[in-house]
Amino acid sequence: MQDKHWQKDYPKGGLARRLHLDLPLLYGVFALAIVGLIILYSAANQNKAMVIQQTIRFAIAGVIMVVFAQISPKHYERWAPFIFIIGLFLLFATLLMGHIGKGAQRWLSLGVVRFQPSEIMKLGIPLILAWYFSSKPLPPRLKEIGIAGLLILVPVLLTAKQPDLGTALMLALSGAFVLLLAGMSWRLITVLAVLFFASLPLLWHFMHTYQRDRVLTFLSPERDPLGAGYHIIQSKIAIGSGGLTGQGWLQGTQAQLDFLPEHATDFIFSVCGQEFGLIGALVLLGLYLFITFRGLYIASQAQDTFSRLLASSLSLTFFFSMFVNVGMVSGLLPVVGIPLPLVSYGGTSMVTFFGFFGILMSIQTHRKLIGS
Amino acid sequence: MDEHTLKDHAAEQRLFQKRIGVVVVIILVLTTLLISRLAILQIGEYKLYTTLSLANQLSVMPLPPNRGLIYDRKGVLIAENIPVFSLEIIPSEVTNLTQTIAALAKTLPITIGDIESFNRERKQKRPFEASTLRVKLTPEEIARFSVDQYRFPGVHVKAHLIRNYPAGSSLVTALGYVGRINESELKKVDSINYKGTDYIGKIGLEKYDEAILHGRVGYQEVETDANGQILRVEKSIAPIPGANLYLTIDSGLQQAAETALGNDHGAVVIIEPKTGDILALVSNPSYDPNLFVTGISNKDYTALLHSPDQPLFNRTVRGEYPPGSTIKPIEALQMLALNIVNPNTKIFDPGWFTLPNSTHRYRDWWKGGHGWVNLNTAIEVSCDTYFFNFGYKMGINNIDAIFRAFGFGQETGIEMNEELGGLVPTPTWKKKAHHQSWYPGDTVITAIGQGFLLVTPLQLAQAEAVLAERGTLVAPHLVLKTQYPNGQIIKTMPVPKTAIQLPPQIWNTIIAGMANVTQSPRGTAYPVFGQTKSYTIAGKTGTAQVFSISQQGDNYHEAGTPKRLLPHSWFAGFAPVDHPQIAIAIIVEHSPHRATRAAKEILDYYFNVQPTLAPAIISAIKAATFTAINTALTVPTIKVATLSAIQTATAPIIKPITSTPPKPTPQASVNHAG
Repeated sequence: MQDKHWQKDYPKGGLARRLHLDLPLLYGVFALAIVGLIILYSAANQNKAMVIQQTIRFAIAGVIMVVFAQISPKHYERWAPFIFIIGLFLLFATLLMGHIGKGAQRWLSLGVVRFQPSEIMKLGIPLILAWYFSSKPLPPRLKEIGIAGLLILVPVLLTAKQPDLGTALMLALSGAFVLLLAGMSWRLITVLAVLFFASLPLLWHFMHTYQRDRVLTFLSPERDPLGAGYHIIQSKIAIGSGGLTGQGWLQGTQAQLDFLPEHATDFIFSVCGQEFGLIGALVLLGLYLFITFRGLYIASQAQDTFSRLLASSLSLTFFFSMFVNVGMVSGLLPVVGIPLPLVSYGGTSMVTFFGFFGILMSIQTHRKLIGS
Repeated sequence: MDEHTLKDHAAEQRLFQKRIGVVVVIILVLTTLLISRLAILQIGEYKLYTTLSLANQLSVMPLPPNRGLIYDRKGVLIAENIPVFSLEIIPSEVTNLTQTIAALAKTLPITIGDIESFNRERKQKRPFEASTLRVKLTPEEIARFSVDQYRFPGVHVKAHLIRNYPAGSSLVTALGYVGRINESELKKVDSINYKGTDYIGKIGLEKYDEAILHGRVGYQEVETDANGQILRVEKSIAPIPGANLYLTIDSGLQQAAETALGNDHGAVVIIEPKTGDILALVSNPSYDPNLFVTGISNKDYTALLHSPDQPLFNRTVRGEYPPGSTIKPIEALQMLALNIVNPNTKIFDPGWFTLPNSTHRYRDWWKGGHGWVNLNTAIEVSCDTYFFNFGYKMGINNIDAIFRAFGFGQETGIEMNEELGGLVPTPTWKKKAHHQSWYPGDTVITAIGQGFLLVTPLQLAQAEAVLAERGTLVAPHLVLKTQYPNGQIIKTMPVPKTAIQLPPQIWNTIIAGMANVTQSPRGTAYPVFGQTKSYTIAGKTGTAQVFSISQQGDNYHEAGTPKRLLPHSWFAGFAPVDHPQIAIAIIVEHSPHRATRAAKEILDYYFNVQPTLAPAIISAIKAATFTAINTALTVPTIKVATLSAIQTATAPIIKPITSTPPKPTPQASVNHAG
């Protein structure tokens, strides 16, 4: 039966099979990358250099994806603790000597390469949790959940301290979903959810002023229309004025005339919303859903707990990145500074997600034929 | 695969598949949430956000109208709009403002005051609106800046029009000036019409005819980016410029009158009697109105305000002086009209007058007395005793009545808001103002133009015009014609205000007496006009006391008296006697007899050289205008005016008229010269 499935995915068993590539995922990612470049060209005010730069990043990230796909999930399982510990170490390092970019110490400079260690944690947390639960009988017991919780909480707090609330939120979400997928009891989930909401006031207490501003602005953007609320008001204007069919490619006034801030990075979805309308937005969302569901399908087909938890967790991280970004630019969520995966201008998160896709492909293509 | 003995693989997989199902449901719910949110924005609130998006891009820019030009009666341009260049900074386009200004200061002279006023302006504006750092850049400064401009992104040279008065201090008496509009002025005008207008008439005609001169604001709907840069003009409604005014003023005559006054303080008003056209309006000393246009510096203003010469004091319409003997012919007219005297009524003048049952002597200016005088002689020699006598007989009510009929005691209605009306005293007024009864002595001294009676030079010139026209009073005015932007020209129609109906022989008698003042060897103006043959003049001299030199007629010596205590001298009259062309009133402060000599110089100019003079002045003005236009053409306009044009400047606006001019003090003295 598994064999039959294998046959279905790779009917020809050609180059893709030998390169350990999952074609549906590859097509989805490729389509999203192309759409992303098209939107970026407009959002970057037709700056060709930026589009070329982004294309180069895609190429590099693609290579990383292919390399990751060659590595067997067994190796990932073996390296999981080390990757997590390295990530944790780098987070500490960032806290001590990171570059300050836009009022936050998110960047760590290693020679010529600058990167955000919290990106490693996007992979590190799913890895360590999958690794941890794979050796335990599932559903997990309370003690195991407690340890898992600690494994999530430490990097989340370190990231939040940088301060990068958006990524911290992402890490917490992807970790929480591993717990859910590992089979944590519904009763416990309910109790934790109640505890979480009860602790919100405490969270408020630990927030930076600018983070509180963002929350307040999210609740009422008109509070400060030229300051903190400006982003979200302009973003809503961009999306709303797009209507059903949009104003047309390169015709979105909000980005072309610079009314929309950060329109090539965090707010690029609003450009798509204004230029391609609701239909364009639905197509884009469709592509994200396709990739997410393909990832979850790979998870459901995986043969061991580690692969299952890892694949599903990575897919969900990808989905939530998109969800938080679109929610943020459409005024559904506070502005937390999460880029739109594969579309926003920038290399760090792109490399991370292509790494995810590589691992997903690896999980899909390194399965053993069981039974017979 | 690392198999764990405790693990139930099948159960774990079933659990996982169930949880994947839950996750898929969660994903679908969240995606639906996103889609509904987008649908609300893009379908439900589409109209709202489209409007907001258009509002973002489209802004309405006012196009201020060009202020109307002002010409004199011969078409000489006396108020124009010239382009000047200012250095403006858009703070949002500058990375380090302090450094930029410091660097600019190395290229251009920039004072601390410039920086302070720039910072004040900047605080009132949004970062993408330009604020002015320096005004009135010279061509050389512009050239120097242009070379370095690449080093200063966000710094621009902007051209705009400001008011310029080519004649400088010469015509400010009539024109007044414009200055930066302030908040309280903005409240009084249609604020929409003044969007983009920086200047408003502050005083004089510029203020009075503000509505006509200003014009109607135009609009431009422009598409802008977030920085306020104009990308495209969508719609444009051109402004309607203000109407041009042609004044009744004759620049040449005005100059001649100024020259005649020389360094003396005083005023000259010349009116064309038939039309009421004001040909000259001179207040000396004067000041340069161009100083006020862009905002006068505190130092300059304080200097003007506290100058003992009082240059800001417009003596022609705000100087209220005792008219002295100049009003004697008008009184004589009333005496004849009321049959108190006839042309042959004679009295003997011993050199003084006493009221019945009193020993107080009201002395004639001529110590020894004029002997036997009739009405004609009384005017000719300015006999005080004659007017003491019959003025007293006539009574204050009759005196006041004729003064009022000649326009004293009320504003003439000249196109100036700051005009004062003088004072024709009545018993009722005295009771109210001084809580005292009207004494017979008050009537006696009013009869020779002293006491409480106060007139402005403009009022006296108007009264002379009434005499010249034998009873017809035409309102004096400054605007000859108005040229509207559509080409229509409307001439100001002189409106006769009143007509004094008296038999012609009464007028003849009085005018003959006034002619004798200049033509008869005994006439008080004969020493000056005696040799004048080319024109005839009917006039009257006068002296306005500023200080009570002597109540009882002691001697005083002009040479030994400080200048500020010397009386003012008047001359009022019209010429030629038969077909009057001009009526004139001149006062020279603290300078006895000077007014008559000045009058002669002015009349000589008017009747001899009038048609040919002024080419020198005209060519000077033309040269100045030409230079200004040349300057405008040689420098390219750097940047389109941005929204900053809407600025409501709050530069210090100074109203010189609020300073209280010390009025010439009326004195109850009877010692005067006629």
